[in-house]
Amino acid sequence: MMMCRRATQLMSQRLDRPLTWRERLSLRFHLAMCGPCSECNRQFELLHDAGRRYAPETQDQDDV
Amino acid sequence: MLTLTAHWEGAPTVSTEPLDDRMQRLSAVRPRLLSFARLHLRDNAQAEDAVQDALEAAITKGDSFEGRSGYETWVFGILKYKILDLMRAQKRQGQWQPLEDENDDDAIDRLFQQNGRWHEASRPASWGEPEAVFENERFWQVFDACMISLPDSAARVFSLRELMGLSTDDICRELDIKENNCWVILHRARLRLRACIEKGWLTEERA
Repeated sequence: MMMCRRATQLMSQRLDRPLTWRERLSLRFHLAMCGPCSECNRQFELLHDAGRRYAPETQDQDDV
Repeated sequence: MLTLTAHWEGAPTVSTEPLDDRMQRLSAVRPRLLSFARLHLRDNAQAEDAVQDALEAAITKGDSFEGRSGYETWVFGILKYKILDLMRAQKRQGQWQPLEDENDDDAIDRLFQQNGRWHEASRPASWGEPEAVFENERFWQVFDACMISLPDSAARVFSLRELMGLSTDDICRELDIKENNCWVILHRARLRLRACIEKGWLTEERA
């Protein structure tokens, strides 16, 4: 089974590239069972949004 | 090269707003421009120069803008180009540290146990609702401080990706690295940044 360290890699890469369906599935499975990783995932998403708020809408629309 | 579109080329050219008003609007946005530039360039003097250049360009080119947000977006767009130019120059002049070796990162190793689970002390805690977080001025101070404390390569790649909004493909071309390496650096940067923010912000909030 996938462990937290690997899960954080996938939750990071999810913000930079589309995951394969297999990666998505194992990440979703892990997040459903792991509280700390779910928090980490929310924080990565928050940091992603924070970056986009730093400068007003000068970003490329390249979100995955 | 980069696929960014030059926002400022489409700037209106009809001058209707007095110069004083424009100067005032620019000086209001200047602190934000400066901290944005600083996070990218990691050098105060160069950040000042980039912002100065961008403001001068904005004064000579930008004559009229309806609404504050459109104007700020446009000025930030100018600054982005200045920053990218300066970053390229920094890189040419060898001012950058070589990118970290991807197999050697104690800071990340310390977060996890041998079996790949979180160490108890490094387990992420809740930060609360994102909207409330973004409205908290202290969060942004800690965010800035933690960005500055990141290793050079992590900070550069992270700010190009998350602040500038470039794709990892563009970043690889810009920095001359492999995309896989870019993902590795971003993963580490996010882990470090979240740990730093949690330490500097939440502990203080709850103290």
